[in-house]
Amino acid sequence: MSEYQNIFTRVQVRGHPEEGVPLEYGERDRVGKPFFSYWAGVIGNAQIGPIYLGWLGVSSLLFGFIAFEIIGLNMWASVNWDPVQFVRQLFWLSLDPPAPSYGLSIPPMNEGGWWLLTGFFLTLSVLLWWARMYQRAVELGMGTHVAWAFASAIWLFLVLGFIRPLLMGNWGEAVPFGIFSHLDWTAAFSIRYGNLFYNPFHMLSIAFLYGSAVLFAMHGATILAVSRYGGDREIEQIVDRGTASERAGLFWRWTMGFNATMESIHRWAWWFAVLTPLTGGIGILLTGTVVDNWYLWAVKHGVAPMYPDVWLGGN
Amino acid sequence: MKNGDITFGLGVVGAIFGSLLLIGFLVTVGWERPPMDVTQQGYRGLGMEDVTNPRTESMKMAMNAALEAPYDVSPGGTPVSQIRDVYKNVQVLGDLNEDQFNRLMLVITEWVSPDQGCAYCHNEANMASDEKYTKTVSRGMLEMTMALNKDWGDHVKETGVTCYTCHRGNPVPVNVWSTNPGPKQAGGWAANRNGQNMATASNGSTSLPFDPFTNLLAGDGMISVNSMGALPSGSDRNTQDAEQTYGLMMHFSSSLGVNCTHCHNSRAFWDWDQSPPTRLQAQAGIGMVREINSKYIEPLAGILPDDREGSLGDVLKANCATCHQGVNKPLYGAPMAKDYPALSGK
Repeated sequence: MSEYQNIFTRVQVRGHPEEGVPLEYGERDRVGKPFFSYWAGVIGNAQIGPIYLGWLGVSSLLFGFIAFEIIGLNMWASVNWDPVQFVRQLFWLSLDPPAPSYGLSIPPMNEGGWWLLTGFFLTLSVLLWWARMYQRAVELGMGTHVAWAFASAIWLFLVLGFIRPLLMGNWGEAVPFGIFSHLDWTAAFSIRYGNLFYNPFHMLSIAFLYGSAVLFAMHGATILAVSRYGGDREIEQIVDRGTASERAGLFWRWTMGFNATMESIHRWAWWFAVLTPLTGGIGILLTGTVVDNWYLWAVKHGVAPMYPDVWLGGN
Repeated sequence: MKNGDITFGLGVVGAIFGSLLLIGFLVTVGWERPPMDVTQQGYRGLGMEDVTNPRTESMKMAMNAALEAPYDVSPGGTPVSQIRDVYKNVQVLGDLNEDQFNRLMLVITEWVSPDQGCAYCHNEANMASDEKYTKTVSRGMLEMTMALNKDWGDHVKETGVTCYTCHRGNPVPVNVWSTNPGPKQAGGWAANRNGQNMATASNGSTSLPFDPFTNLLAGDGMISVNSMGALPSGSDRNTQDAEQTYGLMMHFSSSLGVNCTHCHNSRAFWDWDQSPPTRLQAQAGIGMVREINSKYIEPLAGILPDDREGSLGDVLKANCATCHQGVNKPLYGAPMAKDYPALSGK
């Protein structure tokens, strides 16, 4: 059967697993015999494996596991090792940074020391995983676009948990490790610094975030719509533009007046994604260090309008 | 067993676990279904609105119904009929005439100790005796009620308060607090709970600090967290301070059954110029609660028995919920105090 597979195609090809291109180094470290999963095939490629970890991957997973364990065990300890309460309260539980009064010193383990240690291991894990992504891309002869996009997310992560607390002079300004606690922290952070919505870099970050979602939806819909003409062979269509590309381009010129190309749409998407945490990180970095009250900053620069003082309901 | 079966099995387990978690959250967190009633409070288009749930309103009204005075008494009193000349040891209500005094004693029993009766505070063989600690406490609470009606008009307005505002037929008001160290933790080297990360009524089921009261309503800790300039100017207020204030504000919100915009313009929470006037009344309330706790309740610590204390041995204290009980105006603003001029403190 010669039907091409995309996500709406229910036909799954079973043959000898794809082993990947031969590599100069690291080939012997690919582990696991590849196999096929029907359910993976429903949402993507049915083939699972082989996997390459290498020392970067192994150490990253190890340090990540240590951070995960420190967080989890401290959460469990905070409900006195009660397994039922651990599950019941899981979303509320948290490993919190030390009080601001400790400054940048190392606090006692039970008052933020574990948080600092977790941050160390988690940062190490994330950086090693970044190095692994970079190295794997180079080994495969690819560009390093994925690694640099990941680096943008790591930038925001480091600003929140490391760089900004360093500039503010205390670890207490950093984010707790917990589901609801980090959300509550976000709200409290915005309130303390006079409403983050008036931070222009926060505005940019939101625009790129929502923009990413819209671009992703537009691109996905366009390609699916022209896949009947081979539009899902996007890479081929970059260098050998076919009727799929031409129909898709005309559609957007008709509806929007402008169309991206098979190549540029991916640059649009990459930059929108990368700029989301990049601008967001700048916004966080400026908060409290350079600007203390974003609403007043916005008033000062003519961003925030004033409304009539009308109180209808009284009290 | 094929790999496909394993992933399918894991998928089913995951789906079941996820559904249970979702159902658990829907049932436990106390979400209320739409639609809500919305009342515009400020300038149009800014979301300055009061949001109420029409489906819970009748239940709240039933739970917060005021009590009528049992009968009318002759107003005023001549010096001859003052109760201090009739009964012994009447220290704070001595100016009343006998009718007024007896009716007030009757309703206080109804308000505070309907099941226990007069004997809850009095030795019925010798009503003048101060041997029961509850009588001494009552005297302090009467002085407090008078002071609140006299000095805290910024908060209690013309409505005023009576014993019933808080007590509602209970010797100890239902909504009281004591310093909360949280449930038992593993201790030792393990991270402490940091006074937060636990869903309670006081913090509106968030993971914000669950006892902002000890610092901010019993003590005089600073509530405001913002600086008044765009650029850094040496403020030592930090994000963790904001979390504590946020926890207190969740208590305000749940105690009064109101949303943030009842008192604040959410674009600039701190800015008095943009806040609804209700915020001034709330600000006065903060001062009032601090005075209730520090001037009237904590001095009673010496005479209160153990079952009137919290787990750390501090007395049971007041916060917004003690009077408001989920309603913006306690008892829906019913002016019960006007029937009892003796409580006005004037």
